[in-house]
Amino acid sequence: MFSLGSNGGKYTKPSFVSYVNPEQKGNDALQEKNPVFLPGEVVFCSASPVLKCTHDDLLEGSIMGTLFCTNFRISFVSDQVLLEDVVQPFRNRLYGENDIPLTCVDQIYGDYDEKRKLITNTQMKNKHPNGIIVHCKDLRVFQFSLKLAKEEAAKKIFQGIVRHSLEPKSLRCIFAFSYCENIAGAPETQNKPRTLMFENIVDWMEEMKRTKGNCKLLEINKDFTISQKVLFDRLPQFFFIPTNVLEKDLAAYQGKGVPIWCWSHHSGCALFKTASLPLVQEESFLRAQKLYMERMLNAVAHNYLYAVKAVDLSETLPSIQDIQQSYSRFKQNFLIDNIGEFWISDMKWFSTLETTRWLSIIRQCLHKAVEVVEYLEKENTNILLIEDGGTDLSCVISSLVQLMLDPHYRTLTGFQSLVQKEWVVGGHNFLERCNHLNNKDKESPVFLLFLECVWQLLQQHSLAFQFSETYLTVLSDSISVAIFSTFIFSSPYQRVSSMKTESQTHGSLLNIPSVWDWSLQFDCKSQEFLFNPLYREKSKQEKTRNKNQRPKPIRQLSLPNATPPKKYFFKEETESLRKMLRGTRISRWMHLSDSAQASVWEFYNAWQQKPLDYHGLLLPDLDGPAIRLWMQRYLRWIPEVQIFGGGDITLVNKITSLSQELEELRMELEQQVRQADPRCKSTETVNKSTIRMSCFFPFASCRSGSFKPAIPTSHCDGEMDMGHLAEREDEDTELTDNSVIRGCAD
Amino acid sequence: MASAPLPVYNSNSLDISSCKNVSRESLRMELLTDAPLLPGEERVIDKDIIYICPFSGAIKGRVLISNYRLFFRNVDADPAVTLEVPLGAISRVEKMGGASSRGENSYGLDITCKDMRNLRFALKQEGHSRRDIFDILFRYAFPLSHGLQLFAFLSQEKFPENGWNVYNPMQEFRRQGLPNDQWRVTFLNSTYELCDTYPSILVVPYTASDEDLRRVATFRSRSRISVLSWIHPENQAVITRCSQPLVGMGGKRNRDDERYLELIRATNRTTSKLTIFDARPNVNAVANKATGGGYEGEDAYQNAELVFLDIQNIHVMRESLKKLKDIVFPNVEESHWLSSLESTHWLEHIKLVLSGAIQVADRISSGSSVVVHCSDGWDRTAQLSSLAMLMLDGYYRTLRGFQVLLEKEWLSFGHKFASRIGHGDKNHADADRSPIFLQFVDCVWQMTKQFPTAFEFNEHFLVTLLDHLYSCRFGTFLFNCESMREASEVKKKTVSLWSFINSEPSSYSNPFFTVDLSHVLYPVASMRHLELWVSYYIRWNPRIRQQQSPMEQRYKELLALKEQYLKKLEELQLSDRAPQVFPRGPHLSNSASPSPSSPPPRVTRLQTPF
Repeated sequence: MFSLGSNGGKYTKPSFVSYVNPEQKGNDALQEKNPVFLPGEVVFCSASPVLKCTHDDLLEGSIMGTLFCTNFRISFVSDQVLLEDVVQPFRNRLYGENDIPLTCVDQIYGDYDEKRKLITNTQMKNKHPNGIIVHCKDLRVFQFSLKLAKEEAAKKIFQGIVRHSLEPKSLRCIFAFSYCENIAGAPETQNKPRTLMFENIVDWMEEMKRTKGNCKLLEINKDFTISQKVLFDRLPQFFFIPTNVLEKDLAAYQGKGVPIWCWSHHSGCALFKTASLPLVQEESFLRAQKLYMERMLNAVAHNYLYAVKAVDLSETLPSIQDIQQSYSRFKQNFLIDNIGEFWISDMKWFSTLETTRWLSIIRQCLHKAVEVVEYLEKENTNILLIEDGGTDLSCVISSLVQLMLDPHYRTLTGFQSLVQKEWVVGGHNFLERCNHLNNKDKESPVFLLFLECVWQLLQQHSLAFQFSETYLTVLSDSISVAIFSTFIFSSPYQRVSSMKTESQTHGSLLNIPSVWDWSLQFDCKSQEFLFNPLYREKSKQEKTRNKNQRPKPIRQLSLPNATPPKKYFFKEETESLRKMLRGTRISRWMHLSDSAQASVWEFYNAWQQKPLDYHGLLLPDLDGPAIRLWMQRYLRWIPEVQIFGGGDITLVNKITSLSQELEELRMELEQQVRQADPRCKSTETVNKSTIRMSCFFPFASCRSGSFKPAIPTSHCDGEMDMGHLAEREDEDTELTDNSVIRGCAD
Repeated sequence: MASAPLPVYNSNSLDISSCKNVSRESLRMELLTDAPLLPGEERVIDKDIIYICPFSGAIKGRVLISNYRLFFRNVDADPAVTLEVPLGAISRVEKMGGASSRGENSYGLDITCKDMRNLRFALKQEGHSRRDIFDILFRYAFPLSHGLQLFAFLSQEKFPENGWNVYNPMQEFRRQGLPNDQWRVTFLNSTYELCDTYPSILVVPYTASDEDLRRVATFRSRSRISVLSWIHPENQAVITRCSQPLVGMGGKRNRDDERYLELIRATNRTTSKLTIFDARPNVNAVANKATGGGYEGEDAYQNAELVFLDIQNIHVMRESLKKLKDIVFPNVEESHWLSSLESTHWLEHIKLVLSGAIQVADRISSGSSVVVHCSDGWDRTAQLSSLAMLMLDGYYRTLRGFQVLLEKEWLSFGHKFASRIGHGDKNHADADRSPIFLQFVDCVWQMTKQFPTAFEFNEHFLVTLLDHLYSCRFGTFLFNCESMREASEVKKKTVSLWSFINSEPSSYSNPFFTVDLSHVLYPVASMRHLELWVSYYIRWNPRIRQQQSPMEQRYKELLALKEQYLKKLEELQLSDRAPQVFPRGPHLSNSASPSPSSPPPRVTRLQTPF
């Protein structure tokens, strides 16, 4: 099943008990060249010497070293002694800058005598290329030349890499399993405030209490008895449903159509989501479905006698395939392996971005979320999000809605709890959407799409979030590291059941760590980068002030009620219900309906007129210029676009250092008051280092001293259609008469 | 106080604002008697009118036209809408509809402005009601076409600072360490005899005699010979600027010109080849031969390397801006924003100008002298030399330094502001008009965006600069060259824009400014980083929130808090040391930081005696 690596590993049993003990290898002559292995990590094969080429061959040139392929990563270890003084303030503990986790490999290209071919797992195994180019899911690009390695070793490493990073595999081959067997049951770090994992009743009750909602907790799936039945496997152990929904309703359509509670608005209305009912053609089934859905909607509405609105996401948003296609076109623009290509693509940059439609998909999701926010906030309508599977776009929209309405989710632990609630426990199929097992057909970056939307909100309202842009970037990278339980399962049921099986085989209780345990990836110092230094918690003053003003729900957030809550929802809803249940659906996502757009505009404008409260309702600007490219994530590895000594990071740094200075002053002041004795300490001004950080800090390295600027090499010769104007003279006069100056007004 | 963020909302800090809320009391006052007037400003007419706002529809109100501005206010509507447009910003006034045209509000005036907006007013159709207002507007918006004076000459404004003293060429050259053993100051052009579009004081190679200069002038378009703009303090590499050589169809050569460039090259030992940056696209440079111009041939200039920078001419830039206006005013193109933006080519031109300047700066910092020219050396050349100087010399990134840079590279070297902007001129279709200076300011804005702590001035300063580029309230940007300004006694008869700015520098300063002299500032001239200057080009759109950046807000709060702490600390120490003669703790005076209102220390360099 696995290739025989240079270490002659044999496949013995379904778990990765290391057959080469890393400690033993310590005595080996190769020791210095070995990467630092993680627990449970096993080398499959290696080749040496291999050249790692920088993407600009003209610059530094290449580095000589050894290429490894392990059950976790592809690792390049340089022969050169690492320069210790390289400024590396932000390091990942699990993998270094020359490591590619196997699950992070996006595509591999082979260099066959100056011809570049995309390597797929079925072809070209016999002839190995002179070099390989690895495109990573975190947008890094590596080029390794195998020319210098021995024929046999080159062939082996190539085949090993292709096999382990591209071929379909089983869930148990994911590194997290061998990793968790070899780490002592990770101590549950109980940080305060803690991230709610929503794996027990307590978390759910706490959340319901916090939002002052009123729904019925269902425990019937406590032991995943329901999830064991096919088609039910997405359901969490515990969930809330409207009180009027009966337990037996769950069985009618395999759990589809049952409104699952997401969040309650302070007005009393709430957000629910559900999977849409199976498509049927026959009239009698259709009628039955209609009655069923009407009952469900009624249950959602009757709880509070409020109106209800069903929002069908499959009908109005891009499909899962659209998202995947768009993203694969989009990301291609950042996987750059030579400068010429970079500057050529620079000319048509904006239109290239536009044709991928990725930004437009982001805008549509945000738009849809604002639409839902408007229903909840302005019209106090209950919302039922409906989507085919119920665990993709409904996760995106429901989380975005909550992020906009509830400041709690803009804190770090609040955000993590939200992801747990809506995505991890909510049953998003991370395993297939992230394609960890290399079965491409169901891949789609839905969670990344959500992070993109969050980033848009964050860049527009930088003071409203406790976490930083870097946090989002790192989180998006972590999706493809395959060590965290968060992103490797298709459902909570799969997680629990496969851990049970594994634990039985292993004989002790195993636990795959969660991504939220950031100490696994970063030391304390690096973890600071995950926080937004500009964020301020709501002050006690503000809190009490609000309480005094409005004793009960904090209505300060809401906008003037233009329309009273609609209570006769049925007349209006049946029409859309009918449409929803029709056998065929027409995808209309390409254009937002005008009325919806106008309403959202109006809502946004009204909100924009009011003073901005970072701890209140937060809406995104959806104008063309406002939706931007997530530069840190996508451009951080491209040397040509690093602005050294610039970018917003310089502002953040100034604010941070001033805050520190203030803190010192404050302490000095306190001391003075206490001692009433001035210390004549000469406060040196903060030493200004000459190091200039990249605008993509903390990702790109810093530079000191001078450097050559990036000079665009490709110009627009003949590209721009300037027409006859370009040929004209600036001035119409002949040049022979030097004294003529035209147009001098007097 | 600093614990809660205090964002400012709709604080349209612009001098001229489209929609401003005024208090209800002022509305009750008689219409427009309270309209703000500048000293020297006079009312000409006021009239009932309907303003057809592209964002909120028809608004009834009253318009006042003075010799400086058009002022509109709505009648007792909520919210109050006011509109202020300096007449100088108007490029075109047209009648809309006829006496017989049907439809509501179809009869009136259509005004096109230079500052990216159009205004529409509707009047009653009866009795030729627009005739008088049209005539007055036409007359006062284009005074020079009607034998009237520009408002700058009528203004009676007084400021504590005199902005005409900001730039003193001798002082600036001394700051650069000039003259030195390689470069001398010449007064040959003191009466603008050598070149009427050049400044009176020029810096030329020490070894070139005045007679040499006269001979070289015959071979350069409009006698604009190569003279020094900036010298590197360490490696002595220089930026010199000029116009194209008069090579012509026959491929003429001129020994004097060739020798002169050789003299420039030889002023610095590290320059083995002088780099000549021709800002134009190669084809245009060739085409210029037909009209007597051209470029430096390889054979003639042996120790020089010619590089074309592919920057398009003024006509292309004008069309590009026109296209840009189409996609942002009144409504921002929604569905295909990025491709529409790309199709205007505006940012592409910005990219080429910036990348040209980067190349100039790069040559200089590697010790190699350069010559920059285009056709006449007053448009693209000014852009390139001033941007390169901005990258190389931190002084120009201060509020005063930037004014010096503009005075020097743009005003004294004869960028034809009058022709490019068309001050007071009715001929809106004049082919001489072009947004070259706007394009330069956009480039500067892109740099401030990429290096938010490197500039002492803020965005508001750049916007104000552009507003008064058109307003004709100040004399600074009037006329085409120094000699014309001198002849019209601009310094005596008008107020400088810098008087206005420097009398209240705090509102134009960037609180994040950090002095950094040790680095050359290379922006990244890639479309990945360039962005549309939304808060300038789309500022009339009420959807664009004119808001102080939250970071700036936060920083100012912190600075205020620091001030408070320092004061408290000082008080404490005062009370402790009350009997002492020198109450102030020594460390306090050291650590006292500049308050946000006081400008950070000026940067001066190389004070060599002249």
